[in-house]
Amino acid sequence: MLSLTCPCCGITAEETEFTPGGEAHLTRSGPGSSDSSYEAYMFQRKNPRGVHFERWRHAYGCGKWFIAARDTVTLEVFGTYPAQTTEPPAEIVTQIRARRPDWTPEPQGAA
Amino acid sequence: MSDTWASALPQAQFDGLIRIREAGLCGMITLRGDPAALAGPLRAQTGLDMPAQRRIVSAGALQLAWMSPDELLLCLPHAEAPTMVAALQTALAGQFATVANVSDARAVFDLSGPRVRDVLAKLCPVDFATLQPGDIRRSRAAQVAAAILSLEDDQFRIICFRSVAGYMFDLLAGAAAPGSDPALYP
Ligand SMILES: [Zn+2]
Repeated sequence: MLSLTCPCCGITAEETEFTPGGEAHLTRSGPGSSDSSYEAYMFQRKNPRGVHFERWRHAYGCGKWFIAARDTVTLEVFGTYPAQTTEPPAEIVTQIRARRPDWTPEPQGAA
Repeated sequence: MSDTWASALPQAQFDGLIRIREAGLCGMITLRGDPAALAGPLRAQTGLDMPAQRRIVSAGALQLAWMSPDELLLCLPHAEAPTMVAALQTALAGQFATVANVSDARAVFDLSGPRVRDVLAKLCPVDFATLQPGDIRRSRAAQVAAAILSLEDDQFRIICFRSVAGYMFDLLAGAAAPGSDPALYP
């Protein structure tokens, strides 16, 4: 079972109280972008076995979006943080590195 | 136009593990905006201070509940809601805030009895041991959204959308069937 803590209302609840919103920290490509970057923005998603950053919405609770850093294999949650964040905060990276020493943060926005 | 108002399931009641009563007509106002902008007009109109995160403050027939970082729910007598909405809208004119009378969009059930946490625990993914009187917890009851207000010890109130009032009542009554106590809580 996946349990998440919503940073907006402080509630820790199990997965069914939330709605998944897919990969976090996407860089939006809009008018004026190249076809390939637009295609990457629209369709290409990471599907890692291990550390992943995802958007979640506290749909049955406060209704707010936030971001969760978790392991897709073990469901271990390294931390959650506000949606208004363009890259994983330093304390989240530290938290992940403490549990997964081999993991290195990827430059965000890369397809 | 008719002046006759009716709640979702007038007089609906069930007595089993707990006592379930449809609460009748309840006034409810949703306020959205920056809490700093809402605090002054609310205090002037209701005398109530802003509730802390996931808390309810009350005075007399008024209750003010924290719903999210930018949302509050004001509960008051049904007949007073239109006047209160008008007063708050005037006080908040020009601000980035909304005030809406949602009284008739909702259904309200009062639940009481020493087994009330056990009945709710069958329906909601919530640890009711962590809920104190004066807390509000938004979650789901089986398949529908619910706001659960812990009023006093052994006394809860559940608010849902009016369109699912029948589902909610049947759900609560089923979970309160005699002989089905999970005995999770002392
Ligand atoms: Zn939340």
